[in-house]
Amino acid sequence: MDMKKIEAIIRIEKLEEVRVALEAEGFIGMTVTEVKGRGAQKGIMLEWRAGEYRVEFLPKLKIELIVDTFDAERAIKAIEETARTGKPGDGKIFVSSVDNVIRVRTGERGEKAL
Amino acid sequence: MINSGDTAWVLISFALVILMTPALGFFYGGMVRKKNILSTLMLSVALLVLISVQWVLFGYSLAFGPDKGGLIGSLGWFGLNNIPAIEAGYAPTIPHMAFILFQLAFAVITPALISGAFVERISFAGFLLFTLVWSTFVYAPVAHWIWGIGGWLRTMGALDFAGGAVVHITAGVSALALALVVGKRKGYGKVPMEPSNIPLTVLGAFLLWFGWFGFNGGSALSAGPLAASTIMATNTAGAAAGLTWMIISWVHKRPSVLGLATGAIVGLAAVTPASGYVSPLSAMVIGSVAAILSYYMIIFRMKIKFDESLDVFACHGVGGIWGVLATGLFAQKAINPAGANGLFFGNPGQLGIQALTALVVVVFSFVVSYIMAKIIDAMFKLRVGENEEDVGLDISQHGESAY
Repeated sequence: MDMKKIEAIIRIEKLEEVRVALEAEGFIGMTVTEVKGRGAQKGIMLEWRAGEYRVEFLPKLKIELIVDTFDAERAIKAIEETARTGKPGDGKIFVSSVDNVIRVRTGERGEKAL
Repeated sequence: MINSGDTAWVLISFALVILMTPALGFFYGGMVRKKNILSTLMLSVALLVLISVQWVLFGYSLAFGPDKGGLIGSLGWFGLNNIPAIEAGYAPTIPHMAFILFQLAFAVITPALISGAFVERISFAGFLLFTLVWSTFVYAPVAHWIWGIGGWLRTMGALDFAGGAVVHITAGVSALALALVVGKRKGYGKVPMEPSNIPLTVLGAFLLWFGWFGFNGGSALSAGPLAASTIMATNTAGAAAGLTWMIISWVHKRPSVLGLATGAIVGLAAVTPASGYVSPLSAMVIGSVAAILSYYMIIFRMKIKFDESLDVFACHGVGGIWGVLATGLFAQKAINPAGANGLFFGNPGQLGIQALTALVVVVFSFVVSYIMAKIIDAMFKLRVGENEEDVGLDISQHGESAY
């Protein structure tokens, strides 16, 4: 069994673009979570009644999908190219190995369950 | 002689002003953290039920009852017993009961204004006790001095059309005293304190604006030209202040919605004492100047890291003091023959009376509030424990959760 988990932290407004690009490459299933996080910018300044205040964690989305290792680079590329604006805050992609996948409905194991 | 038009207008105004108390709760509630939004709403709506009872029992009698030496009303109207059907000295064309109702709405919202100073850390029981004492020993006497028949500032000729001193200065200055006694929120200036829901604040602000037509317009106590010119002054000052605030925040960085809403409230507060005596153009100046003063007071307050959390002093204290003084500058007998001319209309003496009124109310409100808060704090603790503050007052004080 040779599978990868791709976790991508992206801008909220990029979700649809990323989903369309992944679908075009044949990746249909994914899990999306609303998350908060921060990077080198250390949050963001927002307007208060007078002056500003700092918000330490920004809202982002996390997309998770499990793919065959053979397909991983294509999925990563699809996300990378659509999620990028070139400005700080574009997010990160984490890739890790997955031991097993089980489809609950049928009990299938491994790549067959993807 | 009772006039049905006047009566209808004052009763509707009563309802408009009653709406302002929950509106204030939303205005404040949107600016506190998620864990304290219900508690903050509660600080406003609880006073609707508490002060409505206090007012009927003895609040009205103390504030507006038969005069005792120019200082306070007697308890002769306790429980609203023995009241005359019409009190011509207050409002000759409406039932006395309509006037009592209208004034009740003012007595309710004024202490609710103060709550912005100590949100997110006040003990609910301590708050109720403090407010009851405050309404009795600060609000009632000041209302009597300025509005009660025989009140010493009223007799002297002080002009406060709808409560710049009685409502906004008392609340704004008392907020300062309470913030000093209660102390800053845990982590203030170190950890971020994100507002829970700015749309709620904006909703609250503009419901306040709406209610203000009753607050100021109803203070004409008649449904005629004076009510119309008062409402025009009110709307104009709120607009000028909101516009000014928006421009200042834009020049600094971006035109903030929260800023515009705050500015509107400041302008409405500032024009309150003047609204029945000034022209639309004067109201415009009053509103714009109020916005500038208040904006930089908030910046200053944040700079010295003084946690008067929702800037009750910067908005209502500064707005109220400026408004009471501005009445002494811009008042015109041509607008309201029952009033007086201000400095710009040939009567410098009025500014002196206005300045004295503002000074007396500032000193009295601060001193009495500070002493009362210190005593209540020593006996019952005005502030919740550290753990309760961490968890949030919604859960720790009320056993409820907003989200």
